[in-house]
Amino acid sequence: MAADESYPEELKYHREHDWAKVDGDTATIGITWYAQDALGEIVHFEPPEQGGSVAKDESYGEVESVKAVSDLVSPLSGEVAEVNQAVVAEPEKINEDPYGEGWLIKVRLSDPSEVDGLLDLAAYKELLSE
Amino acid sequence: MQTARRTPLYERHAALGARIVDFAGWEMPVQYAGIQEEHRAVRTSAGVFDVSHMGQLELSGVGARDYLQERLSNDLGRIGDGQAQYTLLTNEQGGITDDLIAYKRGDDDYLLVVNASNVEPDHAALPDTSDVSDRYALLAVQGPEALERLSLVLEPFTFREDDVLGVRCLVAGTGYTGERGCELGCDPDDAVRLWDAILARGVVPCGLGARDTLRLEACYPLHGNDISPERTPIEAGLGWACALDKEFTGVDRLRRQKAEGTSERLVAFVLDDRGIPRQGMELTDPPGQVTSGSLSPMLGVGIGLAYVPSGSAEAGTTISVDLRGRPRKGHIVKKPIYKREGA
Repeated sequence: MAADESYPEELKYHREHDWAKVDGDTATIGITWYAQDALGEIVHFEPPEQGGSVAKDESYGEVESVKAVSDLVSPLSGEVAEVNQAVVAEPEKINEDPYGEGWLIKVRLSDPSEVDGLLDLAAYKELLSE
Repeated sequence: MQTARRTPLYERHAALGARIVDFAGWEMPVQYAGIQEEHRAVRTSAGVFDVSHMGQLELSGVGARDYLQERLSNDLGRIGDGQAQYTLLTNEQGGITDDLIAYKRGDDDYLLVVNASNVEPDHAALPDTSDVSDRYALLAVQGPEALERLSLVLEPFTFREDDVLGVRCLVAGTGYTGERGCELGCDPDDAVRLWDAILARGVVPCGLGARDTLRLEACYPLHGNDISPERTPIEAGLGWACALDKEFTGVDRLRRQKAEGTSERLVAFVLDDRGIPRQGMELTDPPGQVTSGSLSPMLGVGIGLAYVPSGSAEAGTTISVDLRGRPRKGHIVKKPIYKREGA
């Protein structure tokens, strides 16, 4: 079952419809409700390699629906500390719980000051309303 | 800029919350509840598709049969009144201008149902026909329970005029899903009444997304993807729809290809590795091109159709597809990719 539309207050957002939950020098990253809704039923998550690096504003993987492929854009730079293997096995978790069980990767941040450049909830909602 | 056209059912699709896309100049529903759910409904019970965008050409009068017999690949002599036939419209080089269904209404009286995107080239190649596409709304009701939900008894590839749920229709035992079912042509003014009556029988509304995954599992080629004016029926594995013992446009090349073989053939494949092949991706070993690709909702793996060298076209041959820089292994399978037991 797809989740109801929501955008948690405590998250930081990227304009390519990704979210980051920052905890010290680590961030959990996923895609927003808007992104999963635009894609429809997600049937494939192509993750980055654990231990590899991701760069802010650049692609780190792909998610696919039956009809379409979408690049995943990293909101922050760093090293891939963990890949959510449960989502690799069951990509529909992204639709069901985009901010919870549907998280995608955890990143050890190389430059935590990048967080200041992300959108807060109000700014992301403004972007969505444009 | 021509604005997109709408079928008589557009308001119904919008009210059901369908995602609407532009397809061949028409605003069509690509999905309602979800492609996989709709796909499974057609494989397990019954689904209904609005295919009113498809074109209809007709030809009647003395000489109609001879005219079509000289221009279509299949032998119209194989069907009687009230029967339908899959056939191809070919060009001088034997390439496929379109694939279509020919319905024989009587001696020298035929209806052709053609792809929406090809109405103009088809009409140009068959100038004596009349374009009567505006006369019909077309609904496809497909699935193992499709006919019983409509209280219909109908043999595959036959058709008749009949009342379906109180609406006068051209009822045909045809479809594009690999399941039993029917296609119903009715007056556009009756389309909403027929659609509502079909949904009231518990038939699931299905969009073009599921139509595409269903036809791909069944290995029915899609014109513009898998077949085109640059590809011949022999390369595409559609030789069975070509009567090479009669004369029709481009037949010489097809006879030659049949005798000498073609350099490439259209094959079906399944990926053994994770990933979803897509149209336009390259096969690296053997070399080739993916013409259609998707996730198979029934098998849960990536599937597709591809042209490969004829020497590498045997079922069981391993392949490698370049998925945006990542090589993924798979193997060629016998068509269809998926067939339900009993279908």
